[in-house]
Amino acid sequence: MSFSFNDIIFSNEQRKPDDYAAITKELKRDILKSLALAGSGHPGGALGIAELMAVLHFGGVMRYDATNPTWKERDRFILSPGHYVPVLYSCLAHCGYFPTSELATLRKLGTRLQGHPAGFGFTPGIETTTGSLGQGVSIAVGMAMSDKLIDKNSHKVFCLSGDGELQEGSCWEAAMSASMHHLDNLCWIVDNNDCQIDGRVKEVMSIYPLKEKFESFGFAVIELNGNDVEQVISGYEQFNANHKNKINKPTCIIAKTIMGNEISLMHDKYQWHGNPPTIAQAEEALKELEDTNNE
Amino acid sequence: MNKYISKGTKPTRQGFGEALAEQGDKDSRIVVIGADVTGSVLTSFFAEKHPERFISVGIAEQNATTIAVGLALSGKVAFFSAYAAFATFRNADQLRVSVCYNNANVKIAGGHSGVTVGPDGATHQCLEDIGLLRTLPNMTIVVPCDYEQAKKATIAVAEHIGPAYIRLSRAKTAIFTNADDDFQIGKADVLRDGTDVCIVACGALVWEALQAAGELETKYNLNVAVINCHTIKPIDADTISAYAKKCGAIVTAEEHQIYGGLGSAVAEVVVGKYPVPMEMIAMQDRFGESGEPDELMRHFGFTAENIVNRCLLVHKRKIEQK
Ligand SMILES: [Mg+2]
Repeated sequence: MSFSFNDIIFSNEQRKPDDYAAITKELKRDILKSLALAGSGHPGGALGIAELMAVLHFGGVMRYDATNPTWKERDRFILSPGHYVPVLYSCLAHCGYFPTSELATLRKLGTRLQGHPAGFGFTPGIETTTGSLGQGVSIAVGMAMSDKLIDKNSHKVFCLSGDGELQEGSCWEAAMSASMHHLDNLCWIVDNNDCQIDGRVKEVMSIYPLKEKFESFGFAVIELNGNDVEQVISGYEQFNANHKNKINKPTCIIAKTIMGNEISLMHDKYQWHGNPPTIAQAEEALKELEDTNNE
Repeated sequence: MNKYISKGTKPTRQGFGEALAEQGDKDSRIVVIGADVTGSVLTSFFAEKHPERFISVGIAEQNATTIAVGLALSGKVAFFSAYAAFATFRNADQLRVSVCYNNANVKIAGGHSGVTVGPDGATHQCLEDIGLLRTLPNMTIVVPCDYEQAKKATIAVAEHIGPAYIRLSRAKTAIFTNADDDFQIGKADVLRDGTDVCIVACGALVWEALQAAGELETKYNLNVAVINCHTIKPIDADTISAYAKKCGAIVTAEEHQIYGGLGSAVAEVVVGKYPVPMEMIAMQDRFGESGEPDELMRHFGFTAENIVNRCLLVHKRKIEQK
């Protein structure tokens, strides 16, 4: 069995909310297909952030040049939960960093698309290795420090963390340092799906109240529905305004999302953190996506 | 016979601190991260000279290490220094995944290594750092033998591309190398030639090895070579195997645990290239304890006297094998 991947490049420009439906569906299709082909991996979290990723990469929010991955003027995106990487690979392929056909090689011997992001320079468009939870946010803080404190340029650093990930104490070391060093060029997005491997975050080890925590750590906090494109667009606009207005605080977007969003098999089920769909399940889910497309 | 004489004493951390501050003038990419102990590990010199490139993150070694990665991936040469115990073990996962897997240009300076930390006791006497870091792909490990060499090692590490660890001591030790001696990462220094036994040492034990070699010559008429193996990784396999062949017996000496350190690294080379009898002077799989540095060095056998005894022993084994 093999799936083919649509060879389509999405431009990076401001779009109307309705224009994202096709993009998020494309990302979701890629996630389902590549994981089913890999026979292993983590679909739930990746599917839940399709809207956040689509607007970030294709909504004119970040500056990048897919033909020049090491472009000095680029903004950066760090995906701290490395296991979400299938959605990032899909985005990078549709940015033009590498052919979409390469998505079929996910997790296979010799691939550039490792199960978790490999080191910088290994996969075009990947900024750093992540996979040991908690580390990506500190790397993002380091990048933001490099830009704001040392080089004094206007680059932005975006970082997405999980919510269970915030149980790692070093995340709060990162939060403290981002705040004390006034990193208003840092946008920390928390994917708040309230799911982790063992169950609901609030039951495994509660991280709540989240808004109050980040506020007390000195962040400007925006709460929104991460699966609502209109709200996501407005969230990034608010961060961009914070950055432009030099508010001297980092921004935290707490994005409520649903794991496995809109794929009925997986919708809001933490059991889909780390199980790939079978080929048959993927086909079923693709058909379901197709049907909602035609509504 | 000894061309190396002591010209006074200073700690290796001082050589590091001074050289880093100076290198900051020449290389504007250098950024230093402080984790509260800057006055002990002497990154305070850099902070005073280059405050605009010094970032304090407090007592948070995991964050410090990964922030260093973010800086390195943005084109900086990022130095992070703290006590060796907390700059390698507290942040071991960060070193493995974010520093080494990324092959990031991050430099870790582990101050206060070994038992010469003294009265603070075992928690602060890091004797396991080399063993831990030697298992990490992409990591380079340097252990300067005195203040003068620490300066050169610091510059070499700053200029080296990729992850590197420089191991430093708190206590003042003999300054016996010269300002114009060569220093090259990965190239061991043959300080004294010989044919009967070869001592391979690093850090403060190099000076003890030179004293031992002198005594072995005058008292026992043995011609003992001394190699300062300042780079533990990548180890200078060519020089070590050449001296295994030439001397036919080796003694290693290091202020580190017996498992995983210089002795292990040398044995790996010797076993593969030219097997000869070996004796290893190291911490015997136990924790240190409080005491004055000199007392502890004697207590645990990190002395010229012990090196002499082990050289006699390995020489006897060599003769018996023939
Ligand atoms: Mg979660």
